[in-house]
Amino acid sequence: MAAIEISGLSKDFLVGFWRKRRFRALDRLSLQVEQGEVFGFLGPNGAGKTTTLKILTGLIFPTEGTATILGKAAGQPEAFLHAGFLPENPYFYDYLTPQELLDYFARFFPLTPQQRKRRCDAVLGQVGLSEARDRPLRKFSKGMLQRVGIAQAILHEPEIVLLDEPMSGLDPVGRHEVRELILQLRAAGKTVFFSTHILSDAEALCDRIAILRRGQLVGVGQISELLRRQAGYDAVIECPSLEAARPLESLAARPPLYSGGHYSVRIQEPDLSRLLGICQGDGLRLISLNPVRLSLEDYFVEVLREKDSEHSPAALP
Amino acid sequence: MSSAPTLASTLAPTLAIGRNTFREAVRDRVLYNLIAFALIMIASALLFGEISIGIQKTILLNIGLSSISVFGLLIAIFLGIGLVYKEMDRRSLYALLSKPIRRSQFIVGKFLGLNFTILVNTAFMSLGLWVALFYLTRGFEPQDIYLWEAIYFILLQLSLVTALCLFFSCFSTPVLSAVFTFVAYVIGNLASDIRTFGELTENPLLQWLTTGIYYVLPNFSNFNVSAWVAHGNPVEGSVILWNTLYALCYDTILVAASVWIFSRKDLK
Repeated sequence: MAAIEISGLSKDFLVGFWRKRRFRALDRLSLQVEQGEVFGFLGPNGAGKTTTLKILTGLIFPTEGTATILGKAAGQPEAFLHAGFLPENPYFYDYLTPQELLDYFARFFPLTPQQRKRRCDAVLGQVGLSEARDRPLRKFSKGMLQRVGIAQAILHEPEIVLLDEPMSGLDPVGRHEVRELILQLRAAGKTVFFSTHILSDAEALCDRIAILRRGQLVGVGQISELLRRQAGYDAVIECPSLEAARPLESLAARPPLYSGGHYSVRIQEPDLSRLLGICQGDGLRLISLNPVRLSLEDYFVEVLREKDSEHSPAALP
Repeated sequence: MSSAPTLASTLAPTLAIGRNTFREAVRDRVLYNLIAFALIMIASALLFGEISIGIQKTILLNIGLSSISVFGLLIAIFLGIGLVYKEMDRRSLYALLSKPIRRSQFIVGKFLGLNFTILVNTAFMSLGLWVALFYLTRGFEPQDIYLWEAIYFILLQLSLVTALCLFFSCFSTPVLSAVFTFVAYVIGNLASDIRTFGELTENPLLQWLTTGIYYVLPNFSNFNVSAWVAHGNPVEGSVILWNTLYALCYDTILVAASVWIFSRKDLK
């Protein structure tokens, strides 16, 4: 059974004050997250990442489509017996201490008072807040609140942990600590589904990623596989005229450049032999051939640019 | 972890939310200011008594019960208007509702928590009134027991105000909720007079409107027995029973409506 299964999920919001119009924040998203994997949900601001997480946690209702967590309909209380959630920029009751907050939340799970206390102590230790357990939350820094947020998300030892921008607003040390926590969760066999726009975090942590743009899924898979798909070669070919380079046009992965008798073209890996074959023809001479290895950031920017040139905004009529 | 649902496991989240609502209220300094002010009002009633020869006790009970009612109303509105809205606005609901609880449990828990807060506050203010009464009369008379009837009716009234606040808090801002609740309270207190006024006009539209108001808004004047009790008169058992049922029915309808609205709400 998949840890998270999202099928044809769409969400429309009504925007505008007087004349309401529908805005599609999420557009027929389908996705499957397997148990035990760390899954990164990437996308620029406003891509629909938080909307997806809010649907998964039942905070908002989908316009169409379904989502399940371990086979239970998302948003149903039963699903949360096995899932924990850290909201983006979490706010907690500032009149409580972490100990009181965790004890309050623990009461929603079938735990005995002894188990409750044990779990509260354990997660406070796990996020490094044992010392601050009796300090009111109103005195906490953003990084500390984020740790409280993670503590409440893993309080009941859930099999699936949903994290919305867990590194947002954290200093490098805080980010490092959150990364370590995610790695600990992975080592414990938990499924972690987290949204982020910090690509280095996704690159370091994720088994698989999905990229969302204006509510639509534009890429999903293992990072290495996605990068390989986009990998290729930058070739520079000497040719007497642009006309002579015409056979190369069909290989170009992005618009080629012709200048001073040199034709520069990016080709994809499988097209290498065809390029070499064409270059054996009259008047063409391969000057340089450099392998291109994209970083996740390059891939991310490239995919978004490609899609930007293909589509107009996803507003409904 | 076993997940077999029992009555205790169904009630536990509701009670936990109620307990936290109470804890939030008691950690709010404004609440203490209001209670202190109410106690000062009750104490000042002793001074008014000094200048009212022969009716000191009646004056004390009238002012005392009115203070409990007015400050209870202020506390109910002040805390009630933010019950749901504040949690939505500050997004503290995001972490809460991603626990195995139903939205209905959240609403009912909030309602119970605020009512318990009001019960405790009213108990403190009532204690102040009893102390003032003892100070004035140096003892209690048998008819003083009827004071509890008036205090019980104030509690019923405040539970209706809480339910109204909760209902409005589900879809409007705290300021608007306060205005709506206060207007409903004032009209509800005058409901019988408004209906009588409508009947006297012989205008069918006005009659229909005033009768509508009479039946839709809670009739707060039903609970107004303070003056009657201050004169040492008891409230009939049947009146207590019917008013209790009336308040319970109204509370149930308003809480159910709040649950209905809140369960369909997108928490953006």
